[in-house]
Amino acid sequence: MSLAAVAASGRIPDMGQVTLVDEVGVKERAARFQTRSIKKESKAEALRMVLSMIDLTTLEGQDTPGKVRQLCQKAIDLHDALPDLPQVAAVCVYPTMVGVARKVLGDADIKVASVATAFPSGMAPRQIKLEETRIAVEEGADEIDMVISRGRFLQGEYDFVFDEIAAIKEACGDAHLKVILETGELGALDRVRRASVLAMHAGADFIKTSTGKIQPAATLPVTLVMLQAIRDHYYETGRMVGMKPAGGISSAKLAVHYLVMLRETLGNAWITPEWYRFGASSLANDVLMQIRKQATGVYQSADYFSKD
Amino acid sequence: MAGSKSRMPVAKTYKIYIGGKFPRTESGRYFTIDGGDGSVIANICRGSRKDFRNAVVAARKAFPGWSGTSAYLRGQILYRIAEMLEGRAEQFVAELVLQGVSKRRARKEVDVSIDRLIYYAGWSDKYQQIFSAVNPVSSPHFNFSMLEPTGVVSVLAPDDSGLLGFVSNIAPVIVGGNTTVVLASEQRPLCAVSFAEVLHASDVPAGVVNVLTGYREELTGQFASHMDVNAVVYCDAEADDAADIQVRAADNLKRVVDRVGTDWSSENAQNPYRIKDTQEIKTTWHPIGS
Repeated sequence: MSLAAVAASGRIPDMGQVTLVDEVGVKERAARFQTRSIKKESKAEALRMVLSMIDLTTLEGQDTPGKVRQLCQKAIDLHDALPDLPQVAAVCVYPTMVGVARKVLGDADIKVASVATAFPSGMAPRQIKLEETRIAVEEGADEIDMVISRGRFLQGEYDFVFDEIAAIKEACGDAHLKVILETGELGALDRVRRASVLAMHAGADFIKTSTGKIQPAATLPVTLVMLQAIRDHYYETGRMVGMKPAGGISSAKLAVHYLVMLRETLGNAWITPEWYRFGASSLANDVLMQIRKQATGVYQSADYFSKD
Repeated sequence: MAGSKSRMPVAKTYKIYIGGKFPRTESGRYFTIDGGDGSVIANICRGSRKDFRNAVVAARKAFPGWSGTSAYLRGQILYRIAEMLEGRAEQFVAELVLQGVSKRRARKEVDVSIDRLIYYAGWSDKYQQIFSAVNPVSSPHFNFSMLEPTGVVSVLAPDDSGLLGFVSNIAPVIVGGNTTVVLASEQRPLCAVSFAEVLHASDVPAGVVNVLTGYREELTGQFASHMDVNAVVYCDAEADDAADIQVRAADNLKRVVDRVGTDWSSENAQNPYRIKDTQEIKTTWHPIGS
């Protein structure tokens, strides 16, 4: 059976036709978002919105069921001293921890996301990646965060990467598929755009910048290029694709600037956890500290906010 | 000086000191210091609460490293600060004179400042054994108490003593392994900024001492209330203000250190108890054999 047959657009795009990126222009545009000043009620609203879009993440070799349980508890109940907080969108863990997370989250309206496909390098044979994906879904993952084979992509083997994404998408079944481009390894923004287009045509429900294991991770320029690719894909095919910048976004202020960029590139339809996520482990606490600062007028300390 | 007419002197821009860098205040505001005769000596950054917030972040970041260095090394670094200050003594005397201090008193203030640094440098590896104790307990435990630095200390430096008051307050705080954010004298802030340059050249790691300039009225509340500050030191507060500082500090149980009425040039302004004021006592129960 043809793997491409199950893909979103059903065909591999002509990569030679992908729009080139004006690197200087993108960087200037991205820098301008950081000059926006968001204050008072708008800030309060933006901070709550950021919280609702967070994929609370732990992806360490030292993860234990205990740590994952603790993280899930935090996802359910972010901070006792602040009632009426929104919940985070999802908890993001390794496949072996999906069962644990599923059990703790129970009926809570919080998704379980699992990285798969030999995260973070993606250096494994396809059968193993597919099997890993199926296991994660069987264990109860609602979302799969896969990594693309950067080596193959950089060699120009677009067919291979396309087929792989399409195959994983099929293995996901009803689970949503986020495709991690690992932009820190792609180099030029042109390649980021090309990888975005490839992933979206191959069936990605979300495209995601980074694993968080490689520097640089998410940056405003890279995210802007991906947002523009999503916009053009929507105009071309009428299909919405979500965006998830991940790694390196640890301050509330920066997260709000990402939202400004989202608003001004894709518009209101995308400003919801359904279409936009932040992959972060320490962002939630900074946002909580900002919300508490707004409530009390006093600058906060990390000492009073649970780590996981 | 011959030929000086043909050359315009280059005046120093007095900036604040945060995380080992000399930025301007993020607020872009400034105020002027006059020389008593209506002339403007310098424009000074009017620091904001956000500058303070940034400084606390820098201080918190520097804390694990600084508190983890050996007592001996901290002493060496304080000694180094004194050496650097000695080398630049003339500049500090001139700056004090510019701010209205008599030449003789300025000279004395600089000399005592240098000696004070040496004094605390010497205490760096000695205060611990003076204040620590092995405690008698009626169980098979070895029980001992020792000092640990409290963390980030905010210091409202005295207004009347631009250099000596500044030095006398930060030396006991940092020699004990704390990091600090200091609000310089509002009337005489020049020396505090220049002293930051001395710190910068003395192997004091970035963020260990952060220096802000600005209005007392605007910043005192922030110095007292910030939840990530572990102790606050004040030197000038009137009774009402002191009460306000204490109330704000109570939110996260900061140590409150009252230095009001200190004669900074006196020998009494230096003693190891001033180091202890920003230390926590940790007591450990250690089981003894069988």
